[in-house]
Amino acid sequence: MQDLSDMIYEGKQKIWSDYQKEIPDDNWFYVRSCIRQNFFPGSEKAFLDICRGDLGKDIFETEHHTTCGGIAYHCDTIPQETAMTIVARQFALMTEAGYDNYVCSCITSFGNYIETLESWYEHPELEARIRELLFKATGREFNKPKYIAHASDLIFKFRFDIAAKAKYNLINVHTGKPLRGVEHIGCHYGKMFPSKSVGGAEYPYVLCGMIEAWGGEVVDYPERRHCCGYGFRQYHIKANRGYSISNTRKKFESMEPFAPDFILTNCPGCPYFLDRWQYAISEMEGKTYGKGGYGIPVLTYEELAGLILGYNPWDLGLQLHQVAVEPLLDKMGIPWTAEDKYKGLDGKDLKYPELPHWMKCC
Amino acid sequence: MNNFGFHIVPSSTINLDTADVSKFNLIRAVEPDVMRCMSCGSCSATCPAGNFSGMSVRKLILNLERGREEEVVKMVRSCMLCGKCLMVCPRGLNTRRIILAACRVCGDKPQEKSSEL
Repeated sequence: MQDLSDMIYEGKQKIWSDYQKEIPDDNWFYVRSCIRQNFFPGSEKAFLDICRGDLGKDIFETEHHTTCGGIAYHCDTIPQETAMTIVARQFALMTEAGYDNYVCSCITSFGNYIETLESWYEHPELEARIRELLFKATGREFNKPKYIAHASDLIFKFRFDIAAKAKYNLINVHTGKPLRGVEHIGCHYGKMFPSKSVGGAEYPYVLCGMIEAWGGEVVDYPERRHCCGYGFRQYHIKANRGYSISNTRKKFESMEPFAPDFILTNCPGCPYFLDRWQYAISEMEGKTYGKGGYGIPVLTYEELAGLILGYNPWDLGLQLHQVAVEPLLDKMGIPWTAEDKYKGLDGKDLKYPELPHWMKCC
Repeated sequence: MNNFGFHIVPSSTINLDTADVSKFNLIRAVEPDVMRCMSCGSCSATCPAGNFSGMSVRKLILNLERGREEEVVKMVRSCMLCGKCLMVCPRGLNTRRIILAACRVCGDKPQEKSSEL
């Protein structure tokens, strides 16, 4: 008789096969996230280095692009037409650069672009109006992208190429067992338009595919699809921050019994909140969720891909994480030096940050 | 401990694997009718105390099933045993007996109705 877990796995495989999207191989116009540069500044650089250097792909980016307007749109501070005109300007930059494939670093931007294109498809008069607004404001015209992808879609597509060049794997070098990873997708990736994501809304596969291809094991837990706690208005209004951190704690309480070695994230906001709220919870309640008083390390997919390819952890910006990543580096067998952790590119000492009271840091 | 100017709200997650449902099982033994409730909410809609106190037989049964005894005690304290819920229940549950059984099991008494226990 077939085991229930096998049937569930087969069911997931079926759903994943229904939600496979076409991702072109090369020639991408890249736009960055507006907040990621502050939170995890090494991630986007790592993406460009991996795609251009390790995979030899053509990824173009311009300094003229702006925010997609997603945060203001979801905080209800700008109307949808304004957000769409900002999006139209980004498309105009892509058209001027001679590209058709559009890749963005941010989940909310991804959702915003898809929502805009779907709205224009349903309401062509809206597209005409936005074209007119953009032309009046900037004198620009644009073609719609043939393909829109999130940057994790590309890393997912090339996950086996990265695995072939891997210097390290998601295997615990001390025990020989696969490292246990929790993946967090980000709400705007698949929940708004499931058909535009890899794997749909229920079983998004984009991060699972990376973890499995690089030797790790994906951990399932009850609150897996719960929001990270960011949710824009839940955080941006200070009075609501208790709601934000309570959401995040619910996730941690749910994943704690499964003892994950790391959390892999897809969205600019999620790693920030899953990382920093661990510190805030430890300061407010004295509670930590990792082993031995540490937290659970939170990585972006670019950082993990960089580690797999043998990038220096401090070049990837891992010293900017609140939760110490050194226990994970030790498990993966990646060498690191404490004295280089807070040195700038010119080798100058950047001084040590203040340590948390409760959560252990290296 | 640090105070950042906001607080963490206790989680409302209910883990049915670890919830204590012994009280519900006791009630089910004496009032098997409790299993026939389909949570339609007619009892809640007609309850004269519901608007003021949050009393609801539907929620009472749900809380019993989830092992949330404190909530059950809070509810039965505001019940007047008027019996309107009994009259409207489409499945004919004797809601008054269920409430009295909950009082007995949870060790509480509805106001001014202790003689009926």
